[in-house]
Amino acid sequence: MIVALASSGELARVLDAFWRGSLGTSSAFFSGTLVRAIPLTVVGVGIAIAFRAGVFNIGGEGQLLLGAVAATVIGLQAPNGLGAGGVALALLASALAGAAWAAIAAVLRARFGVFEVISTIMLNFIAADLVSYLVRGPLQEPTHVYPQTELIATSARLPRFWPETRLHVGILIAAVVGIGVSWFLKRSAAGFRIRSVGASVSAARVAGRVNVERVSAAVLIASGAFAGLAGGIEVTGVTYALYENISPGYGFSAIAVAVLARLNPLGVFATALLFATLEPGALGMQRDAGIPSVVASVIEAVVILIVVAASGDVFRLPVRKLLLGRTSEAVA
Amino acid sequence: MSDVAPLLEAAVRTATPLLLAAAGETVAERAGVINIALEGCIIAGAYAAFAAATANPVVGYTISVVAGLSLGALLAVFVIGLRRDQIIVGTALTMLALGLTGTLFRARGEAAAVVVPTEPPAAIPILSEIPVVGTALFAQPAIAYVAVVLVASLWWWLQRTHAGLSLRAVGDSTEAARAAGIPVARVQTSAVLFGSALGGLAGGALVLAQAGSFAEGMSAGRGFLAIAIVALGRWRPVGVAVAALVFGGAMGLQFVVQALGWRVRYELVLMIPYVLTLIALSMFGKGFAPAMLGRAVPSE
Repeated sequence: MIVALASSGELARVLDAFWRGSLGTSSAFFSGTLVRAIPLTVVGVGIAIAFRAGVFNIGGEGQLLLGAVAATVIGLQAPNGLGAGGVALALLASALAGAAWAAIAAVLRARFGVFEVISTIMLNFIAADLVSYLVRGPLQEPTHVYPQTELIATSARLPRFWPETRLHVGILIAAVVGIGVSWFLKRSAAGFRIRSVGASVSAARVAGRVNVERVSAAVLIASGAFAGLAGGIEVTGVTYALYENISPGYGFSAIAVAVLARLNPLGVFATALLFATLEPGALGMQRDAGIPSVVASVIEAVVILIVVAASGDVFRLPVRKLLLGRTSEAVA
Repeated sequence: MSDVAPLLEAAVRTATPLLLAAAGETVAERAGVINIALEGCIIAGAYAAFAAATANPVVGYTISVVAGLSLGALLAVFVIGLRRDQIIVGTALTMLALGLTGTLFRARGEAAAVVVPTEPPAAIPILSEIPVVGTALFAQPAIAYVAVVLVASLWWWLQRTHAGLSLRAVGDSTEAARAAGIPVARVQTSAVLFGSALGGLAGGALVLAQAGSFAEGMSAGRGFLAIAIVALGRWRPVGVAVAALVFGGAMGLQFVVQALGWRVRYELVLMIPYVLTLIALSMFGKGFAPAMLGRAVPSE
């Protein structure tokens, strides 16, 4: 990026392109930035709960894709005139599909000690290949020309606030998710168990009599449900169809979102908005100043590293449990 | 029978980068550090070898090693120097490398379609003429032989030398190793650097011995497969080599299926290595991990 900046020698033009692509115009803000903040918030909240419990769900991307598949399947079947029922059904299915995808990793971890970082990443690749297969095979649109599905029924779409922008009702769902999870973590007994497992596995087990494996599995599955829901919101609110690159890496960006929010579900709102400006802003730069948009993931990675370096208390976990075989668990 | 030779040949060829990366990861993990940035090291090494665009493979591989090393140095600073969480830092470094190589690659524009000269197969006389297995095993690019020699040396080094013993001691019991006067931080740093250098070399092999070009995200999870291979090989070089060959076969299937014109959906064939990883890890991935793996190092 520095090379690109130096070679173009027009920093002002680059920043202007970024500004106009993300916040500078009302259409960029309401149709681009805010719309992207929705899935980032919902996945980010899920990642935050998992990381709080010391469970490393790197599989948000795959869980999101499965949610998108489920919402599409329901959306294609939903009869028009179902009212809000179609959307509700599609979103419910997407959360269940995301949860089921994460449950594979949760079961492998609980029963066979398979490290969730590896299993969730493998499930990401499998999910991406599955979507490729579906949109070129069983779910392909009837003319068999484009690798995508038909548009879902109008009854299965989330309504927009104003017809001229793409901002949809999903933003309210994101708000409910963020506030609800924040309350749950702080006030409920289950939330306390999650936080205690993340703070110290042995203390939670010995002093709190917490069933660590059950909490870890539940948290991973819940985290998958949120990622799946985000996929469903994307299909019912934005794309209305399934295709291969339906997510520009929301599942990975959400890790940066959660870490920058220091794993606080309320903070996720703000950081999701911040990262949501990155991608369309970077796309604007690509359009106007010729800077590739993948630069956004470089910025996300640098942000994670800076936050992790600067706030040692949250991300330095001296008695972390790592489920790679029974030896390490016995020590934990 | 004619189907066996191309499958075996493809298995060995695709196993080479996996074997290199897994051999390096074995060393890092035996010292107690899990290098989740391995995927990043591979893509960095692949891009470096591609960008160098040299006809001399030795130069190409050297540059890919340097690329892997620089990512490994960052990991060492965060994880060993600052004692930060290995998983989060490793994930961020992988994102960094994938994003940076993608950015640089797209910035090349028209020049991106360049094809890099690949290393020609170096046939070993006599052995390469054995029917069926001959060309598969003994007419590979030189980097494949390097990988095999490396794994053999690694086995000897880990099991038979004092330095290898020290490394294993650090991974199994950091406190005891420190009490015995082993410089824990220095051993772990060297292990991480070695592992990421081999990750870079694996990326170089991907470009210089296989693809002959670069594509965004072409590492395709090989770093994570290599981490799984280390667990499946029970953290022992020989077991790791066997597991790498099996996975090489699974990844090589996509080329074989294309070549033989089997009527299987391509996307479903691409899933095989990842599905196999999940099944294999749940069957054989238990136990034998270095006790301190993934833990922050206790302060001095």
